[in-house]
Amino acid sequence: MSLKEIQIGDKAKVIKLNGGLMFKKRAEALGIRVGSMIEKRSAQFMNGPITIKVGNTNIALGVGMAEKIIVEVL
Amino acid sequence: MNKKLTNKKLMLIGNPNVGKSAIFSRLTGVKVIVSNYHGTTVEFTRGYLKLGDDRMEIVDIPGIYSLEPTIKAEEIAVKIFEEAVKEKNENIFINVIDSTNLERNLNLTYELIKRDIPLIVVLNFWDEAGHTGVSINREKLENILGVPVITTCGITGEGIKSLVDNLHNAKRSNLISKRISKDITEKSKWEQIGEIIEQVQKLKHRHHTIGEKLSDFSIHPLSGLLVAIIVLGLSLSIIRLIGESLITYLFEPMFENYWTPILLKISALFNGNGILHDILIGQVIDGKISYLDSMGMLSTGLFVPIAMILPYITAFYFVLSFLEDSGYLPRLGILVDNLMHKLGLHGLAIIPMLLGIGCNVPGALSTRMLETRKEKFIASTLMAIAVPCMAQIAMIFGLLGRYGLKAIIIVFVVLFVVWVILGLLMNRFVKGTSPEIFTEIPPYRIPYFKSLLKKLWMRIVWFIKEAVPYVLLGVLIINILYVLHVIDFLGNLVGPIITGLMGLPKETVGALIVGFLRKDVAVGMLVPLGLSMKQMIISSVILTMYFPCIATFTVLLKELGAKDMVKSATIMILSTLIVGTILNLVL
Repeated sequence: MSLKEIQIGDKAKVIKLNGGLMFKKRAEALGIRVGSMIEKRSAQFMNGPITIKVGNTNIALGVGMAEKIIVEVL
Repeated sequence: MNKKLTNKKLMLIGNPNVGKSAIFSRLTGVKVIVSNYHGTTVEFTRGYLKLGDDRMEIVDIPGIYSLEPTIKAEEIAVKIFEEAVKEKNENIFINVIDSTNLERNLNLTYELIKRDIPLIVVLNFWDEAGHTGVSINREKLENILGVPVITTCGITGEGIKSLVDNLHNAKRSNLISKRISKDITEKSKWEQIGEIIEQVQKLKHRHHTIGEKLSDFSIHPLSGLLVAIIVLGLSLSIIRLIGESLITYLFEPMFENYWTPILLKISALFNGNGILHDILIGQVIDGKISYLDSMGMLSTGLFVPIAMILPYITAFYFVLSFLEDSGYLPRLGILVDNLMHKLGLHGLAIIPMLLGIGCNVPGALSTRMLETRKEKFIASTLMAIAVPCMAQIAMIFGLLGRYGLKAIIIVFVVLFVVWVILGLLMNRFVKGTSPEIFTEIPPYRIPYFKSLLKKLWMRIVWFIKEAVPYVLLGVLIINILYVLHVIDFLGNLVGPIITGLMGLPKETVGALIVGFLRKDVAVGMLVPLGLSMKQMIISSVILTMYFPCIATFTVLLKELGAKDMVKSATIMILSTLIVGTILNLVL
């Protein structure tokens, strides 16, 4: 499942990052990498951006980005 | 104190949102210098740390997550870093870390250690880490990293003295040579960091804090909208309250009681007439000076920037700096992301727009936080056309206020509609891509007052330096143009467009010429024309739209390049003609 599909409040583990090198680097810089634990915190209407929590950091990302992040709900 | 230290520079480096600027404020005195990175419009701040009788330069490097930049804004920060590394005097690097996010922050620390430079690690937000259930063993971390580790709290100033006392202990870490083979892969880097985290950090389970609940509440699509309306409404009220109070109780009485008598004496020296008298003092009627109408350099030229605009600039930047430092703006960006996407931008592009309300120049500068050419073009053009700066807003309020709130509201609604429609069109027709939002949302924090005031002060000084000379020049040029009858001539030339299409008197052309220098003075020039409410509305709108002032133009030209600037300017002029004509027909 991608980060877009899981429910608000779900905790999940990142299992794959689908995307180019720059995307992966940016994700890693923000603390999102394979094995990271994330929690989905919110989503805007009409496919607006979602927010997640990684460690103590909150991150906002567009749904296109969220679809590239494959997770496993815990 | 170690004498040699003063030959070195102190470079503050760290992730975004780690409280670097509060530490910078604590370390530096009153004097802070904003410099442009050579050849660019990217700014960074410098200041000096007092060490006994000597002083040491401190540079605040813009926040980066990694020495390999992932976005454009980080590239300059990395360049500043690389140059500081190359300098021979062994500059000291202070790596500021957010204690509540140790793992992610250690990525940069690792990269810094690999560069073999004199380093000190600062664990900032030390108190906050405690509250959020993070406990870090400082001694152990110091032993593992092999460089001094100091805990601080930038807001209260705790640990700052210890940081200064330990500057001479900055050293190169032997961590890499000791533990890691030279060709470490990315994966083993994170494993190494993971190992360190396991040894030094303990996490306690805890419930969400009030700050987090507030954060969720202000991001939620429904309650977030409510928060946004309240925050923006409150901001406007505070800006008006501060601005009007400063004008009524401080600046107007100051001018009336102290400056007017001086001006009248100067006027008497000229016997109250002559070209020089008119340029300096302007029209004196019955021994009285009307600061708005007289159009002298020393009367209107000083009164407009200092007594009418500066109070609002101060109020605006006070509120904006507070919103910036509290961490609210990215949340607003998330809420408006959907709308902004339709305009070919993402949510964070709301920040250049808000900055543009203060002054279009910093607004234009901040468009470089946007990634692609398309985004930069759209954001710059939209801001230059439809976002009036505070100086102009103050004048519009002052002049349209007499017709009641309705006239003012019409001006801003028209500009907003133009902003949306042009955005939709440009999104469709400008080639290129607009990437999605992908950003950290800093936790809510109470702004550190001293650094807020310092930032406010820097912005005010910048305004005075930039604005006052241009206003004076503007007033001087108007006088000269009038004397030489140039305004009459140009008025006749473009009269058909201005009068025929927009229903404005041909003298408005004078305001349009001066508007290129300063839009506020241009709005002021409308006063003696005796315009009707409809004409005031139309001229306020077209003065905002037709072209940026010269200061903004210069920055846009640099940021966009000549070719895109021509395109942008074409859009500006065309949309001004269309909107002016429509308003003339509709109102």
